[in-house]
Amino acid sequence: MKKISAFFVLIAIVMTAVLSACGGASKTGGNSVVVGISQDLDSLDPHNSVYAGTREVLFNLYEGLVKPTSSGAIEPAVASDFEVAEDAKSILFTLRDGIKYWDGTAVTVEDVIFSVNRYADIQGSESAFSVLKSVEAQGENQILVTLSEANSEFIYQLTCAIIPASFDAEKEECPQGTGPFKFVSYAAGESLEVEKNENYWKEGFPYLDAVTFKIVTDADTAILQLNSGTLDIYQYLTSDQAAALDSEKFNIQVGNVNYVQGMFLNNAAEPFNDVKVRQAIYYAVDRHQISDMLFDGKSHIIGTHLIPAMSAYYDESLEKAYETNADKAKELLKEAGYENGFEFTITVPNNYAPHEGTAQIIAENLAAVGIKANIELVEFTTWYSDVYVDRKYEATVVAVDGTLAPSSWFSKFVTTAGNNFINYNNAEYDQVYSAALAETDLDAKVGYYKQLQKILSDDAASIFCQDPSNLLAINSKLEGYEFYPVSAQDMSIVKYK
Amino acid sequence: MKYLKKNKSLLIGLIITGIVLALALIGLFWTPYSTTEMSTTYKLSPPSAAHWFGTDNYGRDIFSRIMQGMGTTFIVSITTVVFGMIVGTVIGMVAGYVGGWFDEVIMRINDVLNAFPSVLLALVFVSFMGTGLLNIILALGILFIPSFARIARSEMLRLKSLQFVQSAQLSKAKHARIIFAHILPNALATIFASAAVGFNNAVLAEASLSYLGLGVQPPTASLGRMISEAGSYLVQAPWFAIAPGVAIIILVMGITLISEGLTKIEQ
Repeated sequence: MKKISAFFVLIAIVMTAVLSACGGASKTGGNSVVVGISQDLDSLDPHNSVYAGTREVLFNLYEGLVKPTSSGAIEPAVASDFEVAEDAKSILFTLRDGIKYWDGTAVTVEDVIFSVNRYADIQGSESAFSVLKSVEAQGENQILVTLSEANSEFIYQLTCAIIPASFDAEKEECPQGTGPFKFVSYAAGESLEVEKNENYWKEGFPYLDAVTFKIVTDADTAILQLNSGTLDIYQYLTSDQAAALDSEKFNIQVGNVNYVQGMFLNNAAEPFNDVKVRQAIYYAVDRHQISDMLFDGKSHIIGTHLIPAMSAYYDESLEKAYETNADKAKELLKEAGYENGFEFTITVPNNYAPHEGTAQIIAENLAAVGIKANIELVEFTTWYSDVYVDRKYEATVVAVDGTLAPSSWFSKFVTTAGNNFINYNNAEYDQVYSAALAETDLDAKVGYYKQLQKILSDDAASIFCQDPSNLLAINSKLEGYEFYPVSAQDMSIVKYK
Repeated sequence: MKYLKKNKSLLIGLIITGIVLALALIGLFWTPYSTTEMSTTYKLSPPSAAHWFGTDNYGRDIFSRIMQGMGTTFIVSITTVVFGMIVGTVIGMVAGYVGGWFDEVIMRINDVLNAFPSVLLALVFVSFMGTGLLNIILALGILFIPSFARIARSEMLRLKSLQFVQSAQLSKAKHARIIFAHILPNALATIFASAAVGFNNAVLAEASLSYLGLGVQPPTASLGRMISEAGSYLVQAPWFAIAPGVAIIILVMGITLISEGLTKIEQ
């Protein structure tokens, strides 16, 4: 299940099922807000939820020792302070003074140990938690996390929720948390109600008294509900949908979805095992056309497997590595011995329209250089088992996500990685990756990660296209909403003007 | 010809279907614009002299795509119905003729197939077999078997007891000969009438499958797929959805009128 989480593929952003609209009483009045979400929650247990769509909601209920900020940094949360050892093999946390759960009980060191261990168990031994050696109490209010090998990025894993050690998944619907909002009620397929956590540690937050997360799987239905005033906030809109909104009642905020979207190639399948063929395709594809046609030109065009929001590591220069050039593509094809082109199939999950659109545009681009690309739309479950798990495919158009840990964007291209679904195989890459992971000096680390990006780009490991734009409609009476580089809809900073 | 003038439904039906077929046939070889060529400049441009029905979200000419789409939809529907009709009629006729437990088993299987919404069954089939034109035709064809089997069986039961059948049986004619040479011709009128209804259902079923993204694969146009693609542009570019929608209506109307006309002849 971890794979789904690390590899969230917009499962229900656009679902064809039409939701029975307008159920339940709306709470638009007073100091509360209704947020439309495009996907039902998979679990209220923060350790067991795998969908990014769930994580973005539970962000408001639970916090880890540390939590991500909207700028992509890490800030102390349940811990008030932390210190990473120089050898990157241990981290010492100090529990925040007087921190409490929703019901007023104090968070203890035992809770922290329990939570980290529970989450590590659920993630399994193949996850980033494989390097976790122990979590121990140090005195009354300190916790020492020890690692079996140097890993300067382990701190990003400790954003996992801290919950009471007494939590019994059999008896309770969801555990207590320390987030800005507390759980009130949840109706599957309908909504999640939360209200202000009076015990929240951060002074003055949240501003709102209550938030309803209403599940609206169909974006067109969401437009109707936004216009009728049933919803205050909804994201992942296309520019056409946004244009259909009443511009006086809503502001549109433009962010990025923080996924690497593109055509991923099975590097083990002929003819994609030839680097020249992959490069030829990269030259043939017009990424700007994809952005223009599907996202009104608002996507961020990328040239490697990292989102621009990871600005400290991101190598901008690679965006221009493969400017569209049909002649060059033909030349490369000729060198590779495919002068007369070839035929292949792009397998596309059918749950997100822009993927299908991207495939269509790529197919048209490739036709111009003599390559015939057939498109096969499949259900997401079929895609997951055939393409992602069994790797029985030639090419696929999807979006891949990662976390704030830069390694999360690169780990899946290591030759032996269990989720190396493109069958990428490059010894140099593997070496640099290990070096990056162990490095504690930030500048050196950045250097390694830029090297990895360059390798992926030079090798044209896949056709990395864009970080699509994310249009969010927000009631014009509200302010303060910020996009996060991870899956999070932070409602604690939103307020009425 | 004189008769056609009296039978207005048949005449109009034939004219409409004729035009549709002619357009679709021409579309196989020639369309005003390429059906796949994209253009950012002409994205979602409204109907004009250059683009009669406007362009879609990729700047492709909608009229050209409708020509191709009608062809796809027509081929899928007609082969589906013919497949369902032939297999269904044989099964229904044999079951009705043989009777007894054989009839029971066949008809109960029929009932089970009938109990599920057809598009749902087609979805299950397609997710097992994979998408593609041939699989869709097969999936939809199988779905049409039960309705034809039912009709053929009831016709068989009605005709079986008639004297000419009994005399054939007494003269020791082969069973196959009795079923297909003596009884079938008498049942054909009813079966053809239901084939027309079946055709319309097939058009709509293909449209729904393609609408769900599991029918005809892009960039090939089909009327259902075009409507599906137009879904998010209803407000901004209504012509995008209206044009293929109207095309479906015309296609279905033509065939319905023909079947109405044929029923009149029978009477």
